[in-house]
Amino acid sequence: MELSGGEIIVQCLKDEGVEHVFGYPGGAVLHIYDAIFKQKDVKHILVRHEQAAGHAADGYARATGKPGVMLVTSGPGATNAVTGIATAFMDSIPMVVLTGQVPTPVIGSDAFQEVDTVGITRPCVKHNFLVKRLEDLAETIKKAFYIATTGRPGPVVIDIPKDITDPGVKIPYHYPSKVRMRSYNPVVKGHLGQIKKAVKIMMEAERPVFYTGGGVVLDDAAKPLTDLVDTLGFPITQTLMGLGAYPGSGKHFLGMLGMHGTYEANMAMHETDVLIAVGARFDDRVTGHVKQFCPDATIIHIDIDPSSISKNVRVDIPIVGPVKQVLRDMLKVVNEGENNPKNQALKQWWEQIEKWRSMDCLKYDQSSDLIKPQQAVEVLHKVTKGDAYVTSDVGQHQMFAAQFYRFDKPRRWINSGGLGTMGFGLPAAMGVQMAFPKAEVAVVTGESSIQMCIQELATCLQYELPIKIILLNNGYMGMVRQWQEFFYESRYSQSGMSVTPDFVKLTESYGHVGMRVDKTKDLEGAMKEAFSHKDRLVFLDVVVDPAENVYPMIAAGKGHHEMYLSPGSELV
Amino acid sequence: MRHIISILMENESGALARVANLFTARGYNIESLTVAPTEDQSLSRMTLVTRGSDEIIEQITKQLNKLIDVVKLVDLTEGGHLEREMMLIKLRAERTQREEIKRLVDIFRGKIIDVTDTSYTVELTGAASKLNAFVEAVNEELIIEVVRTGPSGIGRGPKGLGL
Ligand SMILES: Cc1ncc(C[n+]2csc(CCOP(=O)(O)OP(=O)(O)O)c2C)c(N)n1
Ligand SMILES: [Mg+2]
Repeated sequence: MELSGGEIIVQCLKDEGVEHVFGYPGGAVLHIYDAIFKQKDVKHILVRHEQAAGHAADGYARATGKPGVMLVTSGPGATNAVTGIATAFMDSIPMVVLTGQVPTPVIGSDAFQEVDTVGITRPCVKHNFLVKRLEDLAETIKKAFYIATTGRPGPVVIDIPKDITDPGVKIPYHYPSKVRMRSYNPVVKGHLGQIKKAVKIMMEAERPVFYTGGGVVLDDAAKPLTDLVDTLGFPITQTLMGLGAYPGSGKHFLGMLGMHGTYEANMAMHETDVLIAVGARFDDRVTGHVKQFCPDATIIHIDIDPSSISKNVRVDIPIVGPVKQVLRDMLKVVNEGENNPKNQALKQWWEQIEKWRSMDCLKYDQSSDLIKPQQAVEVLHKVTKGDAYVTSDVGQHQMFAAQFYRFDKPRRWINSGGLGTMGFGLPAAMGVQMAFPKAEVAVVTGESSIQMCIQELATCLQYELPIKIILLNNGYMGMVRQWQEFFYESRYSQSGMSVTPDFVKLTESYGHVGMRVDKTKDLEGAMKEAFSHKDRLVFLDVVVDPAENVYPMIAAGKGHHEMYLSPGSELV
Repeated sequence: MRHIISILMENESGALARVANLFTARGYNIESLTVAPTEDQSLSRMTLVTRGSDEIIEQITKQLNKLIDVVKLVDLTEGGHLEREMMLIKLRAERTQREEIKRLVDIFRGKIIDVTDTSYTVELTGAASKLNAFVEAVNEELIIEVVRTGPSGIGRGPKGLGL
C-alpha cells in the first residue's frame, strides 16, 4: 500500500486504535485534514480553541486510560495548544500531540506561522519529535504512542512539516507493531526483596498510613490497592489526583490530605510511624512545609518514576516499579502471612483517628438561605447517585468538589492538579462525554474559570454532548479572594468577578438549556431538573454565598498539624 | 562537591538542548559541558561537570536518565577516573619575558604552538586543576586570551561505557 504522509498519519492512528482526534485546522495541516476527510474510522472533533483540544484529549485519556490525541496547525495553533500539553504533562497523562510545521526547506527562516514548536514544548512534554523524512513518519508515530503510554505516562509532541504530508509523494506503508528503543526502557517490575522489606516494616507499624496518588489511578491499580488496605486494616488518605482509587465511602478512608485536606488525614500524616506512599509525588500542596513532614515516619515509596523518589522528601524504602504489580505482589506477601499487623496498636491508632474525625472538620452552615457551595456539591452527589464523571476547574469549587463528592471509583474525578489550569473543566468534560456518550458528566466550575473556555459550548452543541455544567457562582475568584482575606487583610485586589454575562441567556444563545437557582430550598429541585434533560447540555448557574471559604486550610509554610478549621479560628 | 558525569546519548538533533534545558529548568548548575560524536555514528558522548549536594547530584543523574535520548550515564567521580582538558592560552611575550614563559611552559609540559614578536600561544593539557595552576602561575598582565575545552573524562580500568 502506497500512501502520502497525510494518509500515513490517519492510517497510523487507525492502526493504533484511535477513534477520536480533537483538533483545529490550519495551513500547515491541510494535507492531513484532507486525508481525514476521505475516511470514516477516525472521528475528528472540531473544538473552538486549541487549548480546548488539549484538555479534551486529556479528559478523554483520564477517563478511559487510553492515550488522547490532538491535532493542531503550526505557529498559533501550536502555541495555543501549549497550556493543554503542559496540563497533561504535570499530571502524567498519556497524550499524542500532532502539530503542523512549515515546510522543511523554510524552517528557520521566520516563515509565516513558524514557531519552534519542539523548542517551546520541550520543557512540558515527556518527549518530542520533529519529523524530517517521510520514511520516518510511521515509526515516529509508533514511538510516540509507546513513550506516551508506558512508564510514567505523559504527552508526546510530533511536529510535522507540511512537505512531509504532501499528497503528491507516496511511499509504501508499514506500521511497526512494536518498537524497541535502546535509550528508553521503563521499569516493568518492582524488586521483590524491597517489597518484602517494606511488608516487614508495615507489619511492625503502630500508626501506619497509606498516602496514595494519581499513579494508582493511572496504572488502574484501584483493585489491588483496595484489597491491600482492607486486608491490613490501615487508614488511607488520597491526594487530589488519587481520589476514587480507594472508595470515598470506604471505611478506612480518612479523606483527602494536604492544604485543604481533612483534619484527620493531615493529623494522621503528622503522627504516623510508617508512611506507605503509592504513586504519589510529595507535591508541596500535599506535604506542607517539608521540614515538618511526617516527622516520625519510616517512609516507603512505590513509584514507576525513579526521579520521584527522594525528590522532595527523603525515602527509606524505595520500590521502583508499576504500582499495580507492586501492590499485587505486596498483597501476596501479606497473605502468605509470615507476620501479622499489630492489631492492638492499630486499634489504638483508630481510636485516635476517630477522635480527630469527631471534629467534623468539613461541617458548614446548612441553615442559611444563601446556597452554600458545599451543599451544591452534596446535592449533585445525591442527584447523580455518586456515579457521575465530575470534571472541574481551579479554585474553591474544585476543592469543594474534591471534598464533598465522595468518589467511589477511579477515573471519575477529572481535574488539573499539577498545573492548576482554569479553563480545563468544560473541554475535559467533552473528552469524557465523547468516550462515554451515555454517562452522566458534570462540570463543577466557577464563574471565572468557565469563561476561560466558554467558547466550547458551541463544540458541545455540534457533537450533541449532554454535559451538565454546575457553576458555583460566588462573583469572585474565590480562591484568590480567600488568600487575600487571610493574608492581605481583605484587600481584594482584582479578584472580583461580578461582571459576567447572563449565563442563562449566553447558554441559550449557544443553543443549550440555561438555568439559575439562588435559594437553598430550590437547589435540589433545580439539580434534578438539570439532570432530567438527558440529551441536552444544561448550564445551571448556582448563585452561592460569596463569602464562603475552603476549610480546613494549612497555611503556606506550615506543617500538617497546623490547620485553620473554621472562620475566625486559630491554628489548631 | 564537584562531579563529572559522562553521558552516552542518541546523536539526535536537540539532544544537547534537552540536557541544557533540564539544567536551567531545574536550577542545577553546569560548570562545563562538552559534546562530540563517538566511534558509533549514532551516539554522542557528553561530559558534564556540575556541583551540588549528594541529593542534588542524585536528582541530576535521575533526571538525565529520564531523558528519552539518554542511553547510558555514569558519574565518573564515584570511581577511579581520568580527566583531561585542553587549554589554548595566548600570552604577551616580549623579549624580557620570553625565557621565563618558556620555562614555565616546560614545567607544565605544555607546547608553544604559535609565535610572534610579541606573543606566544601555548597549548596545555591536563586535569582542570593543572590548567588553573598554570593560569595562576603566569603574570595576569601577560594573558591576552584563554580558551578552554572543558574537561572530558573516562573511567579507569579495562571497562568502557558502552551499549
Ligand atoms: C489560567 C489560570 N490563571 C490564573 C489562575 C490562578 N487562580 C487560581 S484559582 C483562581 C480563581 C478561580 O475563580 P473561580 O473560577 O470563580 O473559582 P472559585 O475559586 O470562585 O470557586 C485563580 C485566578 C489559574 N489557576 N489558572
Ligand atoms: Mg468564583
